[in-house]
Amino acid sequence: MIASLHLPAVLRSSADGQGELPVSAATVGGALDELARSWPQLERRLRDEQGMVRRHIRIYLDDTDIAGLQGLATPLKEGARVHIIPMVSGG
Amino acid sequence: MNEALLLIGTSKGVIVARSDRTRQSWELEPLQLMMSSVYGLGIDRRRATPRLFAGATSEHWGPSLFHSDDLGRSWSEPEAAPVAFPADSGVALIRIWQVEPGLATQPDLVYAGAEPHALFRSLDGGLTFELVDGLFNHPHRPQWEPGGGGACLHTIVPHPTDPNRLLVALSAGGVYRTRDGGSNWEPANRGIQAYWLPEEQRFPEFGQCVHKVGTHPAKPDRLLAQNHFGVYRSDNYGDSWEAIEQGLPSNFGFPLLVHPHQPETVYLFPLQADSERLPPERRCRVYRSRDAGRSWEGLTKGLPQSGYHAIVLRDALCADQGDQAGIYFGTRDGEVYSSLDDGDSWQLLASHLPDVLAVRAALVG
Repeated sequence: MIASLHLPAVLRSSADGQGELPVSAATVGGALDELARSWPQLERRLRDEQGMVRRHIRIYLDDTDIAGLQGLATPLKEGARVHIIPMVSGG
Repeated sequence: MNEALLLIGTSKGVIVARSDRTRQSWELEPLQLMMSSVYGLGIDRRRATPRLFAGATSEHWGPSLFHSDDLGRSWSEPEAAPVAFPADSGVALIRIWQVEPGLATQPDLVYAGAEPHALFRSLDGGLTFELVDGLFNHPHRPQWEPGGGGACLHTIVPHPTDPNRLLVALSAGGVYRTRDGGSNWEPANRGIQAYWLPEEQRFPEFGQCVHKVGTHPAKPDRLLAQNHFGVYRSDNYGDSWEAIEQGLPSNFGFPLLVHPHQPETVYLFPLQADSERLPPERRCRVYRSRDAGRSWEGLTKGLPQSGYHAIVLRDALCADQGDQAGIYFGTRDGEVYSSLDDGDSWQLLASHLPDVLAVRAALVG
């Protein structure tokens, strides 16, 4: 599936200034795996080396937090928009 | 080049201060690595242009180790994580507490101390690191407890002459040493008290909460340690320790510094107690020993002597290598002081900074 990953401004320097990256994956976790291959520095801002999403990061699929779906196993549909959200809980 | 450099790690990033070699006046540059806490600083002077290191942790984006090859004007990191636990380790990096270059005879060797408790080693000058398995797989590791600051390996002391010997300190695991380059490790805590344990168990093999260990190249088998209650000296590279607290207002504190040119001169910043982490009598006093801890004197000239509530963390006391060494300390209320007379008098170098977590200084060029 071709989806798009949307980055907050603070992370765009880790993706050559891009705010939106195309990803081709079946799940949200698969999209992050693809990111780890293409943009490893960016991916490790989002997940630790055990694959856990960092504590103050939320990932939304379109309008829904994936924590309320199937987490990283949430399937992606064609044209899905994956948003990376830094929570204010991080200070 | 040909300047003096002071790295100031704070809770909101790193600040580079520069001076000429007289070190009389300093200019502070804008905060870099914004909104990350910088506990682990290093200056590798084995290179023609020293390589600087900053272990920085963002609450949002996690930890990383940044380096600078232009004396702090810019910072970068490799694409791949410079310090990371193996996937099968079951743990993830929280913070880099320490960056320590190896000996001059091993110019590309750099060590990093991590949270959770682990030692990493780089063989490419500090760009990429690998876990030191010998310590990570030590049978004691499951019993190491976190200190108040976390489960950190915060001190790395390469032996000055023997590249196979290395000593580390962990909170709260104690002191460990290797004699074979890191394959095997043994605890080295005999004589160090763990005051919180039942009386008959207060001298365990390991588990002490050491806060900092220092040494001097001219006395390679002498170690000095500031513990969580207790100041100690070992004259046999950790085979045994003896208390050296006579003359101190308290035996609690975090930093310890051995003067770079005077092996007998040691500096501490005592605090009242773990339940009262404040300077005794609310006076800002660095304590100095000129005789390796047999006696101590409080240094006060130029330092606030009433109503003082700030403290100095374990890596926020350092020296440069000048013939007349500069001595520096930073405080949790965002001040930095310096001395150019071995601590007899102090000058305020910077104020109104974020809380200072670490400082490192060098003359470069």
